[in-house]
Amino acid sequence: MALKAFEGIYAGHSISGPPSTGDYLWDRGFRFVAWAGAWIILALVAYILWKIGGQALPAITKYGLSFVTSSTWDVNKEQFGVLPEIWGTLYSSILSLIIGGFFGVTIAIFLTQDFLAPRLAAIFRTIVDLLAAIPSVVYGLWGIYVVIPTLRPLANWLNSELGWIPFFGTSLCGPGMLPAAIVLAIMILPTIAAVSQDALRRVPYKVKEAAYGMGATRCEAIFRVMLPSASSGIFGAMVLGFGRALGETMALAMLIGNANQISLSLFSPANTLASLLASNFPEAGQIEIEALMYAAMALLAITMIVNTIGLYIMNLSARRFEGKK
Amino acid sequence: MNTMTETARRTSAPPNAAASEIAIHCNLEKVFYGDFLAVRDSNVAIEKGSITGFIGPSGCGKSTVLRSLNRMNDLVMGFRFEGHVRFNGQDIYAKNVDPVVVRRYIGMVFQQPNPFSISIFDNVAFGLRLNRFRGDLDGKVETALRRAAVWDEVKDKLKNNGLSLSGGQQQRLCIARAIATDPSVLLMDEPCSALDPVATRRVEELMLGLKKNYTIALVTHNMHQAIRVADKTAFFGVDISRGGRTGYLVEMGETEQIFRDPKEELTRQYVSGEFS
Amino acid sequence: MSDQTLFANDSGAVELPRLKRSFLEPRALRNTLLTLGTWVAAIIASIPLFSVLYMLIVRGGSRLKLEVLTEFPPAGFELGGGFGNAIVGTLVMVAIAALISIPIGILAAVYLAEIDPKSRLANAARFLAKTLTGMPSILTGVFAYATVVLLTGNYSAYAGGIALAVLILPTVVLTAEEAIKMVPQIMKDAAYGMGCTRTQVIWKVVLPTGLPGILTGVMLAVARATGESAPLLFTALFSNYYLSGLNEPTASLSILIYNFSSMPFENQIELAWAASLVLVMIVLVFNIISRLFGQPRA
Repeated sequence: MALKAFEGIYAGHSISGPPSTGDYLWDRGFRFVAWAGAWIILALVAYILWKIGGQALPAITKYGLSFVTSSTWDVNKEQFGVLPEIWGTLYSSILSLIIGGFFGVTIAIFLTQDFLAPRLAAIFRTIVDLLAAIPSVVYGLWGIYVVIPTLRPLANWLNSELGWIPFFGTSLCGPGMLPAAIVLAIMILPTIAAVSQDALRRVPYKVKEAAYGMGATRCEAIFRVMLPSASSGIFGAMVLGFGRALGETMALAMLIGNANQISLSLFSPANTLASLLASNFPEAGQIEIEALMYAAMALLAITMIVNTIGLYIMNLSARRFEGKK
Repeated sequence: MNTMTETARRTSAPPNAAASEIAIHCNLEKVFYGDFLAVRDSNVAIEKGSITGFIGPSGCGKSTVLRSLNRMNDLVMGFRFEGHVRFNGQDIYAKNVDPVVVRRYIGMVFQQPNPFSISIFDNVAFGLRLNRFRGDLDGKVETALRRAAVWDEVKDKLKNNGLSLSGGQQQRLCIARAIATDPSVLLMDEPCSALDPVATRRVEELMLGLKKNYTIALVTHNMHQAIRVADKTAFFGVDISRGGRTGYLVEMGETEQIFRDPKEELTRQYVSGEFS
Repeated sequence: MSDQTLFANDSGAVELPRLKRSFLEPRALRNTLLTLGTWVAAIIASIPLFSVLYMLIVRGGSRLKLEVLTEFPPAGFELGGGFGNAIVGTLVMVAIAALISIPIGILAAVYLAEIDPKSRLANAARFLAKTLTGMPSILTGVFAYATVVLLTGNYSAYAGGIALAVLILPTVVLTAEEAIKMVPQIMKDAAYGMGCTRTQVIWKVVLPTGLPGILTGVMLAVARATGESAPLLFTALFSNYYLSGLNEPTASLSILIYNFSSMPFENQIELAWAASLVLVMIVLVFNIISRLFGQPRA
């Protein structure tokens, strides 16, 4: 390299020298390895899709679309349908979203709109984060031995008094839709709260100032100004929470009852795609595994789509405020 | 070169060129960041063993010119220029020249003190270790810290983290780090702007002391600093005739001449404080 | 109380706006109700945590004796027993997951944050990592089943570890990327100014300075992996013994809790609670360690 000339003139004076060949090799080599690391992520996703899809292919060709429209799951007759599971997945997720979304956003408001002194707010935030740290199986265990027994008297009262309302149509014997949805709500609450807090914090301070400066009460400032400004971020939070609910497995497997039926009643047992996989996979034979792979593919597709939409919405809302700066 | 202006022609030959060696000769005809013309027609020569000051109002491109001297602008997206920069006669932007090597010979001290989050000793030894120095590390570190006028304050706490020092001390540490490897040229980009007046004075004193061993190019927004410290001064102005703010070299010469008897009207206005 | 007259109205008299707060005024009333409601909601939302902690400490703690850590899981009608092998199994598989996902994750993060953040590869990898974080945990188990179990022909700790690694890799990448981006540009400028190659800047300045943040993210990912059960259901399965090699079915705390929770035996249920307590304690310890890493160096 022409740099040798540099050395000639100042070699005696300066300690510096060009990097050694080793340094250059290390530079090229490490950058290549890091580049490969980034590619691994792409390759991994492709591999996952290819593997699960490939395993599902026999079942897809065998059962086609009737898989998602029929309700029987009979290994012996080789009839497989996941309609009850799709119903259960959606019903439980929507229920949990209503409960978890309400509490999650409320907590986000609680933590960002000056309800608490900063130090107390930090403590409360830690409490909410701790909720997220508790493993799914522990929630399942707690659900079985705390939520269901607590819920049963109320549920059965509702069933006996208001049983004509389809939502209270059956009695709660043990596992069921509502206990599962409640525990699910608790599990997605931290996600919704965290993302909503970010969305509320991103609302420029000037907007908040303007609202209070005009004499708004806190209630009015929140409902008429802060929430609308943060609405796209909060909506993104809900979508992400929904996506998380769709994919939750263990707590649901323990609480939802694993019954392949479709019912509007909050108290009847049901099944979700994820719990179907959890309960049936370990004991399944070849034929059932093929069908389960199809179910896995369906679950993958649903969650990927919902999560991508959620990410897209969050991107949009973040960009919206970057422009305003 | 009939496109050269009167000004450029007048300043293209550094005074006493025969008497002193030129460390860096830089002729920047046009400097672009993307589509934005940041600097034009700036022909500057940095003489060995002296301090050359770059002064001018904000936005006049003096930092851009300085950073072009050690290829730090390569890190900015969309940077390109027409012209040449020669270090001891070698074109540092030639195709087969690695900017990493250039920067090992041309050191830089930045506006904000930026010691690494390691011990004071390791900060100063950083360049020495980088260049695989096999001699007396402790001795070199001490020399550098002494030259940077900060040895007495840190000699008992060389193991402390560099960031635990005060702002002025950090900046002198950064200078020690930069000079430890005896670079041919030291570029200083407004090194005192983040410092209080006392720390500023100390850094200026150390600059005068460094002149014996190092060649320095200094960007400063403080005219009095240039008067105190620089042997030669280059004054840059801002050209808004084409819509944006484009910097260019107005006049360059001995510091005394620039401040006492400037040849250009713009220079006269600036040094007498009519604008800043 | 008389209103002072200052501003003129129709009849020439003046009314100062009444500034004193009246709680009966609709707007103020709504505000108070909302504040009350928010407080109530916040309290309701914290009940589950305290309830869970209570159950863990009371029911789990009562069973937590030394033999629980040394004995083996009891079969159906047996009394006594413990889950020492499950603790070991969990830690082993989490270690496998960490060994796989941490190096790859940090390398990818370095690329995404430092080497070429705006490239198409970086944008694609970042987007896919974010989507992967939302993937149901059971599907990583399905994936590991389809790859490792079918390949080796048996259930193993490897399969479980790999399932966990796939689960936490996206998290490691994204948190490490954030930590690396936080390294101030001026510090990197200093390194470039000294004549460092790009890799030298990364190894000598960026990674050391960003390390606390990276470790925080890594520990959080490890904490998550410890509590997971779905990925282990049909990869590591379960075992009633300590593992003698990595290529065999392995016990884990989470699977033990899952299995025992559905058994109609008091003994197993108690053990499930005790195991839950131990599991939550391990997860909490990892969480605390991650926060300690986050403290800036003095």
